[in-house]
Amino acid sequence: MTPALLGALIEARAHRRPAVLATRLADGSQHLLVEPVGRGMVEMDPRLLDAARTAVRTDRSGTVMLADEEWFLQVHLPAPRLLLVGAVHVAQALAPLAGAVGLAVSVIDPRQGFATEERFPGIPLLRSWPDEALATLGIDSRTAVVTLSHEARLDDPALDAALASEAFYVGALGSRKTQAARRERLRAMGHGEAAIARLHGPVGLAIGAVGPQEIALSIVSELVAVRRGAALGTRLPAP
Amino acid sequence: MSSGIEPAFAAGTRAASAAAPDDALAYAMRWHAGGDAVALATVTETWGSAPCPVGSMMAVSGSGRIEGSVSGGCVEAAVVQAAQDAIADGAPRRLSFAVSDGSAWSVGLACGGTIKVFVEALQLA
Repeated sequence: MTPALLGALIEARAHRRPAVLATRLADGSQHLLVEPVGRGMVEMDPRLLDAARTAVRTDRSGTVMLADEEWFLQVHLPAPRLLLVGAVHVAQALAPLAGAVGLAVSVIDPRQGFATEERFPGIPLLRSWPDEALATLGIDSRTAVVTLSHEARLDDPALDAALASEAFYVGALGSRKTQAARRERLRAMGHGEAAIARLHGPVGLAIGAVGPQEIALSIVSELVAVRRGAALGTRLPAP
Repeated sequence: MSSGIEPAFAAGTRAASAAAPDDALAYAMRWHAGGDAVALATVTETWGSAPCPVGSMMAVSGSGRIEGSVSGGCVEAAVVQAAQDAIADGAPRRLSFAVSDGSAWSVGLACGGTIKVFVEALQLA
């Protein structure tokens, strides 16, 4: 690998651009393909381009055989995002923990004094209303949304947007009792049972968490379970 | 094809995500910028219960620094040696590790998995 190629790969990752590093295993010669894959790569074997596109689409690194040559395709996709609504104490514990397992965390809270650099050092902060912030950020299938504020005026618009999106995880902090009321409000907003069944509420795995740090751990655990398709990440339909 | 793109190791790579292989890539660039030779090891195939998924990376410097991993720790020593060899002669290497029996600790994976690792030196150009 050349330092220029390494620099380009680091830059693509820093800018959240999908990339594939293709390495011919026999001699180590390499191509770096940065999304949109294939742009300007006219001299490349089109079969390698196709394989790279498939690797990005399926998020699977692996080895492919092309004309008796073995190529390793290393997929570099942007880190999945975790958008936290409510810059509360649980969010302070959750942000670094989620970052440690590879999630790109942002915290949303328009209230004075909550989403501050002092409380969330190094975490991207959006001091705007959740529906505006989520519309700006755009919720895709590599995004998780968790509401933590306990305030319906903040949480509900965020859940409204999240349940209408392709978010891979939607969770709401709150007791079983408040969850029932929340589900009723979401029904009143026009969400069907299939959408409401996607809501993880109470949020997190039931590990008997006490306090913000343990609640954060239970949420991160459930996020991992859902992301990796583990049985623990699947919930029975809510009552 | 990467010509014209500045090696951009900047604060941006710190970003919110600390997951591999970010760290190995960033450390490799930092060591290179500091004048140390660097090799990168990448998991290219796994079978069985391998702890690090395909694509996991480890960076090794000529002075012996290590960042990242390609297994749960069982084969790192052998990979570091291969990395130093790659730095020395510039040639990439393909390594395979499989557990052969209970006494294979020094070269095998205790978990019973099998992995292939590609090792390459960062060129000096």
